[in-house]
Amino acid sequence: MKNRQDMLYRVFFIGLLFLSLFYLQKTMDSYAVRIINLCGIYIILALGLNLINGFTGLFSLGHAGFMAIGAYTSAILTMPENVKVVNFFMKPMNGFLVEANAPFVVALVIAMIVSGLIALLIGIPALRLRDDYLAIATLGFSEIIRVVFTNTYSVTNGALGLKMIPTFTNIWWSWGSAVLVILFMFSFSKSSFGRAVKAIREDEVAAEAMGIDLFKTKLLAFVIGSAFAGLGGALLGNLIGTIDPALFRFTLTFNILLIVVIGGMGSISGSVIAAVIVTVMMEALRFLDESVKIGGYIIEGIPGLRMVVFSLILMIVVIFYSEGLMGKKELSIDSLKEFGKSVKARKIHHRAQQKDVKKNA
Amino acid sequence: MLKTKDVTVQFGGLTALSKLNIEVEENQIVGLIGPNGAGKTTAFNVITGVYKPTSGKVYFEDNDISGKKPNEITKCGIARTFQNIRLFKDLTVLENIQIAEHLRIKSSLPSAILGFSSYKNEEKEMHERAISLLEEVGLLDNIKDKASSLPYGKQRKLEIARALATRPKLLLLDEPAAGMNQSETMQFISFIEELKRKHKISVLMIEHHMQLVMGICEKIWVLDYGKEIAKGLPKEVQGNKAVIEAYLGVD
Repeated sequence: MKNRQDMLYRVFFIGLLFLSLFYLQKTMDSYAVRIINLCGIYIILALGLNLINGFTGLFSLGHAGFMAIGAYTSAILTMPENVKVVNFFMKPMNGFLVEANAPFVVALVIAMIVSGLIALLIGIPALRLRDDYLAIATLGFSEIIRVVFTNTYSVTNGALGLKMIPTFTNIWWSWGSAVLVILFMFSFSKSSFGRAVKAIREDEVAAEAMGIDLFKTKLLAFVIGSAFAGLGGALLGNLIGTIDPALFRFTLTFNILLIVVIGGMGSISGSVIAAVIVTVMMEALRFLDESVKIGGYIIEGIPGLRMVVFSLILMIVVIFYSEGLMGKKELSIDSLKEFGKSVKARKIHHRAQQKDVKKNA
Repeated sequence: MLKTKDVTVQFGGLTALSKLNIEVEENQIVGLIGPNGAGKTTAFNVITGVYKPTSGKVYFEDNDISGKKPNEITKCGIARTFQNIRLFKDLTVLENIQIAEHLRIKSSLPSAILGFSSYKNEEKEMHERAISLLEEVGLLDNIKDKASSLPYGKQRKLEIARALATRPKLLLLDEPAAGMNQSETMQFISFIEELKRKHKISVLMIEHHMQLVMGICEKIWVLDYGKEIAKGLPKEVQGNKAVIEAYLGVD
């Protein structure tokens, strides 16, 4: 009975979401639509990193590397042959890759698989490390990927990057994928496997003593999280149409980490809300980078001032709301109901108190 | 059931355990006592796979388990609690128990994500078993509470219930009655005896409460400086000269 009700709510919300997206796409200009697309993509990326860092308690900083793998995989698979030939004028592309072509859905799935497989290869040695050591190892991996992509001219076109990638990503692709990832995350975190992952976050020694295979479970979370990074990267590449290795610097990982920390490590709804807020703010605060005219004075813009603001926000969050927006909690119908109840209870309590005060007076 | 054969553990030059031979038989409650630093917890850590023995072997039901990983040993049927309680603090009481049931799961991840009926049935079974375990230890009213919010005594009970949820044949308790007063200790004795009877398990416990040890254990091993100095029935150990010397010192 309860399950059916949950299902109905879920269908209702997803329906509402897509209706509003449809409306937004019709009425907004292409710049706004692009931001909406970015919101969906950042949700996917943030949830992938949250699964690794927030749910499993690992400290991975390799997200940009996995995004690069996904983006390049999907770009190479979706670019038509003649575009590839035009792109690779420094050194011709590897013959096999020139012919490789797949529809967008297949390209996205392959991007996920390739990122996941590479995560498996990286994870097997790296996940034996703990805490900061893992962070350094994954960060190193991410930089290595970038350097490798800069130098493999016959595969990635090196520093020149890929241009004229078909821009298949639209609101349906980005938000459709985001909804699927959100549903996956909710289902996963409620399942026995999700609990096992959280147990590792809480106490590794106890988790192992309770029969949880630390290595396998960590690897599982790392591979899935990285596959989501690959998916997000692929959608991003096919949204902006141009990718080069410099796009996948550490700052990209930092932006996603920012979302996860602001939203709350270990909260799905937190990541979703923070992804939207941060993505929109990132555009809204663009004026900070430009010159401003105040009463005849021109203050020269400092490129990157935006990021200073974000760093400040991050510091404030870490100091005053160390749990982030949502902590480890989730926004759900039940929690909303309970919140409503508590507000009502408080009101009743308040009224009763006031009556008491009157009586005493 | 459990047998350690000449188990020695060395950390660099320090010998924490030397040639330990413990034996636990089925349906037995065995005590492991000794002064501080005698190597009792080290013995637990060797049995549960946290440390590998430098030499010697650990046998469980005639299988060599020395050198296996802790999670594999738990799967074989040895579960433990910790001296300083190690619960999954931020998770609920119910989740703490359910996590311990994860090692017996048969469904795969995809069937769990997609909500296949095979997984749903298994999840339901796990839930029911967890509820009945919590009822047994008297924590049913707390199932939605965070583990860290429980009072100390209940946290101890939850940790034991969590160990039981792995369906062990042998339960290792590391100072389960630490911080309990007289009447709590007496209650605890009957609690352990009931668990043993209901779940048909053996218990190996480290304890400093002599009243508890003498009242419940059928056999006792006494360690000092990593060596066994006495073993036998509670009465025999109580009168043993070496034991008295170890605890009180020699003139």
